[in-house]
Amino acid sequence: MANELRGGNGQEVERTGGELILQVEGLKKYYPVRGGVLGGKIGDVRAVDGVSFTMKRGETLGLVGESGCGKSTLGRTVMRLEDPTDGRVLFEGQDLATASRQEVFQVRREIQMIFQDPYSSLNPRMTVGEIVREPLVVHRLGTREEQLERVRHLFEVVGLEGRMIHRYPHEFSGGQRQRIGVARALALDPQLVIADEPVSALDVSVQSQVLNLLAGLQRELGLTYLFISHDLSVVEYISDSIAIMYLGRIVEKGPVRRVFDMPTHPYTRGLLKAIPQPDPRKRRDAVPLTGEAPSPVSPPPGCPFHPRCPFAVPECREAMPPLDLVQGSSEVPGEEHLAACIRKDEI
Amino acid sequence: MTGGGRGPAPAGDAAAENTLTRPPEPDVALLEIDNLQVGFDTEDGLLRAVDGVSCQVDGGRTLGVVGESGCGKSVTASSILRLVPSPPGRMLGGEIRFDGTDILSLPREELGRIRGREIAMIFQDPMTSLNPVFTVEKQMGEVLRLRFDLTGEPARARAAEMLSTVGIADARSRLSSYPHELSGGMKQRVMIAMALLSEPRLLIADEPTTALDVTIQAQILHLIREMQAETGAAVLFITHDMGVVAEMCDEVAVMYAGRVVEQAGVIEIYERPRHPYTKGLLMSVPRKGQTKDRALPTIEGVVPSLLEPPKGCRFADRCWHRKRLGEADRARCVDEDPALRSLEGGRVACHFPLKGDETPPVEPPPGAGLSDPVTSDGPPPGTGVE
Repeated sequence: MANELRGGNGQEVERTGGELILQVEGLKKYYPVRGGVLGGKIGDVRAVDGVSFTMKRGETLGLVGESGCGKSTLGRTVMRLEDPTDGRVLFEGQDLATASRQEVFQVRREIQMIFQDPYSSLNPRMTVGEIVREPLVVHRLGTREEQLERVRHLFEVVGLEGRMIHRYPHEFSGGQRQRIGVARALALDPQLVIADEPVSALDVSVQSQVLNLLAGLQRELGLTYLFISHDLSVVEYISDSIAIMYLGRIVEKGPVRRVFDMPTHPYTRGLLKAIPQPDPRKRRDAVPLTGEAPSPVSPPPGCPFHPRCPFAVPECREAMPPLDLVQGSSEVPGEEHLAACIRKDEI
Repeated sequence: MTGGGRGPAPAGDAAAENTLTRPPEPDVALLEIDNLQVGFDTEDGLLRAVDGVSCQVDGGRTLGVVGESGCGKSVTASSILRLVPSPPGRMLGGEIRFDGTDILSLPREELGRIRGREIAMIFQDPMTSLNPVFTVEKQMGEVLRLRFDLTGEPARARAAEMLSTVGIADARSRLSSYPHELSGGMKQRVMIAMALLSEPRLLIADEPTTALDVTIQAQILHLIREMQAETGAAVLFITHDMGVVAEMCDEVAVMYAGRVVEQAGVIEIYERPRHPYTKGLLMSVPRKGQTKDRALPTIEGVVPSLLEPPKGCRFADRCWHRKRLGEADRARCVDEDPALRSLEGGRVACHFPLKGDETPPVEPPPGAGLSDPVTSDGPPPGTGVE
């Protein structure tokens, strides 16, 4: 019965094992650029430009890249908050890219989102209890009493006291508001949670509390996370796999330990070297990457990274390199180390 | 991992080591902040945002001021150029001396002469310094005219040269751009170019790279260091990012609830933090190789209200180290305000400074005890909620 509230006490959950929960194939999201006298379409912003990846149930995939690389658009398109321009998003085998409104509504129970800004993502006129309860009301799950009981339970799960449900968002600190956002995302007992910069607005001491919470919930509830962030040390900590995006494409993907220890794509190498280490004995003496990412309206031909790449050769301008197995990579599905660079095995 | 267990510096770092441990000059420092107190009038009373901060920076040196939101680091930085909006802001006491001159009592006109010539400031939001209605050339030209009396083609050439130095391609044509025509990273670089153009003796950098991507951040940080090596400027670097502090600073002042709680050389701060807050802050950041199987140490609770600060140590109710002390010592932390005192080369405001091996507690392993309410992360200060 669709009216039941599942996962009430976090006991059942049988969501382990390595099967694929999400398969994204050739996903594209273009936004038209208008201009000229008649305001006609003069080009496209290729925010997401042919992205393919898979996620295993129970894993955390960290999606990293710099501003404008398309990571947030990718997250929103996977959730069908944006309609894709092309490609497929298979969630447990069902293609969300072509699903009807009704089908998307049903799948929303299974895929939920946590947003960056705990200050603007909560409606200031609703009590926090109403905010967390809202998804249950929208999906007509349970009686009012059952819903309220669920909300109190969720509050405890995210580390807030149940008696706080009658308060308003402004009465809470940033870290507490983010916990409320997490409780709301968990209300429908989803399988996949897309977290878009969930700790970026928080002070470090609060950030570590929220990271601990997310890691704990994943263990307890068997959640799968698509964790979008620009902060590489946070991603390294929370993720099992990592995908690095540049200009709308994934340029490298693999198990997090392997990618951090053996970054292959020249962009990944530069990005990792650019993180300032919290160790004054490990100062850098050179700038790892010069210049800025070009506009996604007119990406350079061939490999989009070649204008900034210290290893670029003339062939790099000719064709977009495919995302291929790196030498020495595992060939087990989901464990592969992939990079999109024609010189990946020689540099 | 953290603390004392670090290996020796890798070979070839001898030069870096040298600059890091060089003792400060014995004479009067270029910038001296002495017992600075700044308040804001609010509906609920006077909020003491900065409550007795003292620090100094010398030419050629970089002092990092770190702390979390609301600790008073930005207000301290803004006070130097008297940029704290008044009202509601008010100077409650203390002195700021730049090259021996008391800035806080200087007439406005004289302050104007120092600002933009001898002292430059860069911010997180470049539009704080850029004027949207003037071109880049006009704004940079103004700096050169005021500072060096340089106009016409020489000024134009100098401005273009500085734009190239900060990594802006096609600098000549960029001179005629308006700020809105530039990307965020480029605006940031133009602001920095303007600050460097004046060849300041003191550069105040308030979270200048916080809004930027890491690769651009690396470029900007490099640039500031190069400028400093060339001109011997003093740099006051305000940030919340412990990685950036390690990268940039010689000396570090850690602020908490309007006070400096610890100040020491950068290596000391990272390898032997003496204040429990400093150590907690350092350990909250995930380290390379650390995975989610082990929970991160956290600092429980929130910063106390600065409307009515506690009479004892301001960190006492959140202090993990205090919990391990005896009853009498614990009471002392709450009753007696610890002064910032000298300790082995640094300064620390703690009755029971760390000796080295103590580490903040790690929460129970993730997944355990999820149904226990955690009340640690309380409401924001000053909201009046319990």
